[in-house]
Amino acid sequence: MATENPSHSTTNEGREIASSTTPSAMNTTPIELGQIEVLQILNEHGEVDSGLEPNYSNDELIEMYTAMVRARAFDKRMLTMQRQGRMGTFAPNLGQEACIVGQVYPLLKDDWYSPSYRSFGAQLIRGWPMEHLMRLWAGFHDGFPPPKNVNDLPFSIVIGSHVLPAVGIGMGMTYKKDPHCVVVNYGDGASSQGAVSEALNFAAVYKAPVVFVCENNGWAISTPIEKQASSEHFAKRGIAFDVPSIRVDGNDLFAMIKATEEATTRARNGSGPTLIEAVTYRMSLHTTADDPTVYRKDEAVEEWENRCPLLRFELYLKRKGVIEQSDIESIEQACDDEVIQAREKFYAMDPADATEIFDYMFTELPEELKEQKREYLKRLSNKGVTDE
Amino acid sequence: MSKLTMVEALNLALAQEMDRDSNVVQMGEDIGVNGGVFRVTKDLQSQFGENRVLDTPLAECGIVGTAVGMAVYGLRPVVEIQFSGFTMQAFDQIEQNMARLHNRTQGKYTVPMVLRTPYGGNIRAVEHHSESREAYWAHTPGLQVVIPSGPRNARALLAAAIRSDDPVIFYEPKAIYRAFREEVPDAPELLEIGKANVAIEGTDITIISYGATLRTCVEAAQDLEEDHNVSVEVIDLLSVSPIDTETIATSVQKTGRCLIVNEGQRTCGIAAELIARINETCFEYLEAPIKRITGFDTVFPYFQVEEHYLPECEEIVSTVKSIVAWE
Repeated sequence: MATENPSHSTTNEGREIASSTTPSAMNTTPIELGQIEVLQILNEHGEVDSGLEPNYSNDELIEMYTAMVRARAFDKRMLTMQRQGRMGTFAPNLGQEACIVGQVYPLLKDDWYSPSYRSFGAQLIRGWPMEHLMRLWAGFHDGFPPPKNVNDLPFSIVIGSHVLPAVGIGMGMTYKKDPHCVVVNYGDGASSQGAVSEALNFAAVYKAPVVFVCENNGWAISTPIEKQASSEHFAKRGIAFDVPSIRVDGNDLFAMIKATEEATTRARNGSGPTLIEAVTYRMSLHTTADDPTVYRKDEAVEEWENRCPLLRFELYLKRKGVIEQSDIESIEQACDDEVIQAREKFYAMDPADATEIFDYMFTELPEELKEQKREYLKRLSNKGVTDE
Repeated sequence: MSKLTMVEALNLALAQEMDRDSNVVQMGEDIGVNGGVFRVTKDLQSQFGENRVLDTPLAECGIVGTAVGMAVYGLRPVVEIQFSGFTMQAFDQIEQNMARLHNRTQGKYTVPMVLRTPYGGNIRAVEHHSESREAYWAHTPGLQVVIPSGPRNARALLAAAIRSDDPVIFYEPKAIYRAFREEVPDAPELLEIGKANVAIEGTDITIISYGATLRTCVEAAQDLEEDHNVSVEVIDLLSVSPIDTETIATSVQKTGRCLIVNEGQRTCGIAAELIARINETCFEYLEAPIKRITGFDTVFPYFQVEEHYLPECEEIVSTVKSIVAWE
C-alpha cells in the first residue's frame, strides 16, 4: 500500500524530451524480462543437491515426511468412504503431497492460508481436524468455517475466486503494519481466470505480503495445460506483473519448503508478493465424480509414478540413515490409525442441524427473514424433522 | 447545519466515518487525487492519506475481491464502482464472497464493506452508465441494498451502511446528485437499514418509490392534492433489501390503493416483489388493482431518447386518477 504524504513524481517540464533520432520520448532499448529461476533440491532418484541440502534435524525430517504420509492416508480413506456412500464428492490429492505440505510448512500461526479445494494436506497442518474436513466434504455447513484460532479462509468452489480476497487480507496486513503474510493456493486452470491476473496485479501494486502458489498439476478436470495456456510455464505470469516468480519441482518437499520460506520471509519484511509455480501431477481423479480414462492414458500417469514425492523422500531418508523400511511401515500405519480414529469420531458426530440455514445470513436477522424462518421451521415440524 | 447537495452530503458522511474509525478505508478508480468522477470522495485523500484512500487499478472484480479480504481482516472498506454498469465485472466477487463469506464461515468472519455506485438514467451518458439493476442485488442472499432519495437521508444511510457489520450495496441516484440542496445537520445522523420512510402522509392512495423517482412521485402527489383533490401517501422505500413490509402494509391497509414507481426493468423487478407482498398482507383491504410504472424490459435507451423511458410526473398523475376511479 502506498505511504502517506507521497512525493509526487516530477514532470518533464523544461526538459528536452525527444532526441533527434527517435520520434518520441519513448526509450527504444529492447526490454529484458529476465530469467525465471527453477528450483529442485531432491530429485526423483532421492539424490540431493549437496549445495542446497537443508540442515534439518532427524525429528524435523520425520515430521515433514509424516505430514505427507498423513495427507495420503487421509486421501485414501476419503476415497473409500466416498465409494461406500458415506462421503460426498471429494477431490483427491494423490501425488501432490510435497507441494501441499511444503507451501504451508514455513507458515506461522499469525500468517494466513487460503486453500483451494484440493489443499486438505495443508489444512491438516494448519490445524483443521480430520473429522472437521470430513464434515466439510460430507456436506455439513459446520465443516466450512476454519476452526477457532486458525487464520485461514474457507475455500470457495468457484475456481480462482478466493485469490483476490487473499490479496485483500495481505493488503489489510500492510495497512495495520502487521508483519504477517498470506499463502494462497490455486492451480493451472485457475490461472486462466481474469481474477487471478487481477490478484497478481493488485498484490504487486500494493506490495501485499502474499505468496501465490500456482499448483500446476497438469490438468483442470479433463483439460490439459496445453489447452489451458500457450506456455506450460505459469511462473511467467508473475514476471509481467513485476511479481518475483520461481518454478519449483512441486514433488520435491525441500524445494517447496525453501521457495515458500524465502517468499514468506520477503513478504513479512515488506518486500511484497512472490509467485511460486509448483510443477506436480494429478495422479488420481479430479474428483470422485470424474473418470480420467475418458481423457488420458495410463502411461502418462505411470511416468509420474516414478516422480512420486514420498518415494524420493523415503530414498533420501533411508540413504541418510534417518529411517528404515520398517519405520516407513509404522509411520504409514500410525497415519492410517489417525484417519480411522477421525473417521469414527466423524461417524459419531451430530446430524446436520436443519434449522440453522437462516442463522448466518446476516449478523442480525432482518424481519423478513425471521418471517421466512418461522415458515421454514413450521415446515420442518410438519415433516417431523423437529419436535416443535 | 448547511444546505448540501447529495454529493456533498455523501462526502460529509465518508469524511466523518473515516474520522471516527481508522479502519474505514476508501477504494476505487480515480477517487484519490481526482476525488471520483462525480467528486463524492473529493479531498478525502489529501485529508486522510494515500493509504486510506486508494486509487486502485482499473479492475472492478479486483477492487471488490480485495475489499472482501480487507473486510475479513478487520477493516471497513468503502468501495466506489465508477458506474453501476461496471459492477457486472465484479459480479463474481459480490456473489461468491462479499455476500456469502459470513454464511460460509458460520459467522467466524464478517464482511463489513460498502459498495457505493452511481446508478440510474437522465444524465445523458453513454451505454452502461444508466441502468437500474437493484433487483439483481436484492436477489442475492446476504446483501443489504439501500438507495437514498435526497442529501439528508443519503448522509444518514451511508453512515449506517459503513457501520453495518454486513455487506451493503449502496446505490446512488446520480440524476439527483446535484439536483437540489437540503439542510443536513453537522452532527452525524444514522438511518436504520431496512426501514422505509413515509415521505408524505395521505389517505386515498399509497405511492411507493425510491431513488430519483421519489422526487417525481412527490411532485405528482402535490399536483394530485392541489388539482384533483386526491390525498396521496408517498413511501420512500430507502432499502430494497430488506424491504420494510410493515410500513407498506400499514399504509396500503389505510389507503386501499397502491401505485409503485421505479426506473428498473419490470420483470422480476422491485415493483413485482412489492405487489406480491401487498397481495400477501393487504388483499382484503384493496379497493383497486395495484399498478406499477417501471422501466421497460429493454436495454436502457441511448440518451437521445432516454427521457421517454423514465417514469414521468404526468403519467403518475393520470395512473393515480385511473386507480382512484376504478370500480
